[in-house]
Amino acid sequence: MVKPTRVTNRIRALREAAGITQAELARLIGVTRQTVIAIEQERYSPTLELAFQIARVFGLGLDDVFHYPEGESS
Amino acid sequence: MVYEERNTWVGLIVSAIGMTIYVIVVLREAGAGPLTDVVWWPIMLWTIGASIVVSIVVSILWGIFAGMRDPDGVGKSDQRDRDIAHMGGRVGQAFLVIAGLGVLVLCAFEADWFWIANTMFFGFSLSAFVGGVASVIAYRRGLL
Repeated sequence: MVKPTRVTNRIRALREAAGITQAELARLIGVTRQTVIAIEQERYSPTLELAFQIARVFGLGLDDVFHYPEGESS
Repeated sequence: MVYEERNTWVGLIVSAIGMTIYVIVVLREAGAGPLTDVVWWPIMLWTIGASIVVSIVVSILWGIFAGMRDPDGVGKSDQRDRDIAHMGGRVGQAFLVIAGLGVLVLCAFEADWFWIANTMFFGFSLSAFVGGVASVIAYRRGLL
């Protein structure tokens, strides 16, 4: 069983609030729709560059989209 | 299913079938005699050649089929595909090292060329197969 990532995100909520589909978000950041699904479901941690691209789509900072629990060091 | 995942599945299935056929043909050629009497290299070359050709053909056909259903995803790969490919490569590499060490040991003991060649061949095949399995799991269950 794959351990879930500790990096969580609000992409789905932000995307739905903005009225953007997974396919549209995928096109905007230059990945496949399956990658957007994997990131939303926290089955794939995006690279820093991709994370910035996603945050920029919503006009937010990285911390507003992605979260890392306090006290985690590894 | 994305383009690279399809290719991974094709490689996995074709390599498994190719290896099975190779083993069956070699065993049939050997019959009741020793395996070392089998002229292994034409069978091996045919297996490798046929596996490459079949992989390409199946990938193209599956790509055409998938493209009719989802034209956007055809031939497209991204960072996640590259990350999964790297991970699969790392997992498979262990088997190459084991095969390489096995070949050294067989050479040291002056084993028959049959065993030396086939150890390396199975090392390559297992490396590709296990790496493929790891990649498919990462596509299905996640890569973190």
